Amino acid sequence: MTSSLVCLNWEEGMAKLELDSMDSVQYDVLKEIGNIGAGNATTALATMLQVKVDMKVPKVALLDFQELPEILGGAENIIVGILLTLSGNIDGMMMFVLERDAAHSMVNMLMGQDVPLDAEFSEMEASALQEIGNIITGAYLSSLSNLINMSINASIPYIAVDMAGAILSVPAIEFGKIGDKALLIQTEFGEKDTQVNGFFILIPTLDSYNAILTSLGL
Amino acid sequence: MGTMIKVGMADMNYCHAPDAITTLGLGSCVGVVLYDMNAKIAGLVHIMLPDSTKIRNNDNYAKFADTGIDEMLRRVVQAGASRSAIKAKIAGGAQMFAFSTENDLLRVGARNVEAVKEKLSQLRIPIVAEDTGKSYGRTIEFYPETGELLVKAVGKSNYKI
Repeated sequence: MTSSLVCLNWEEGMAKLELDSMDSVQYDVLKEIGNIGAGNATTALATMLQVKVDMKVPKVALLDFQELPEILGGAENIIVGILLTLSGNIDGMMMFVLERDAAHSMVNMLMGQDVPLDAEFSEMEASALQEIGNIITGAYLSSLSNLINMSINASIPYIAVDMAGAILSVPAIEFGKIGDKALLIQTEFGEKDTQVNGFFILIPTLDSYNAILTSLGL
Repeated sequence: MGTMIKVGMADMNYCHAPDAITTLGLGSCVGVVLYDMNAKIAGLVHIMLPDSTKIRNNDNYAKFADTGIDEMLRRVVQAGASRSAIKAKIAGGAQMFAFSTENDLLRVGARNVEAVKEKLSQLRIPIVAEDTGKSYGRTIEFYPETGELLVKAVGKSNYKI
């Protein structure tokens, strides 16, 4: 199973949306962004791996920093994080996060190999993962871009294999600038037979967040 | 054996020997230990950002290098540590993704370490040991009984500083 997750980020005073008091319309908008982005990403993943990939209804959650690593199996759980920086009409970061086992099974499927799920990643496997991340986040971002009718440019993907707490510190620090919580839009998708767990984390800046809301007529 | 006290992200706490204190999965954040070997007290603060004055929403002292270290110092002294005996050990501040460093957003690990050192220097607290920077996450455990800081990283043997 794979999950996709969107984090939105904005600052005090300016956003129409308060972290602690979102109304149901705003929740629905965030869910819909997760729905559309993950829908496209799921299709891209399914096409690439040539397997059926199901998707669940997105969940929107506001989490304390302490709770954040728990969504990825705890602070010391080893995960694979693929990060892209965003520019253009939307500034910020996007992360695609996978469990190590899930990352190995996806690379195994893509490359037609059978490497043990707890092995180290070779250079070839790491670049395969970057490419998977590139295609999947690209699908996510292009659907978001179409939805809001604005261009989003993504950097090349960067990869880290490390403790969940350490990898999530990167987006958490961005949220830390505006508050003590992170907002997650999580969409779970996955194939029954393969253990594939992951998240998308989208972190636009405040201005970008407002641009998204405005473009959607809110 | 004492209890292991956990400190989360943007959080702080302290302990007396034989208890020990830990924070898990430090990435670009910095773990700062303030300890007094005689009183066998140690405080640990898990800092996320360098400077509280640059941020409007700065109520959480533990989140910032400047306010976090001040508050941790106040608490360990209140708990019985002698101000003049306090020393520091620091770890973390990694750059988790291998970017070109022109993007300010991503250099936050290095900026956190600089800010911590500057604050400790202002307070005249000596840094006895540090394990900072590089590109990997760290779990740290501090034992006030021995003054040792244990560092654990993925794919590396544990080491003490």
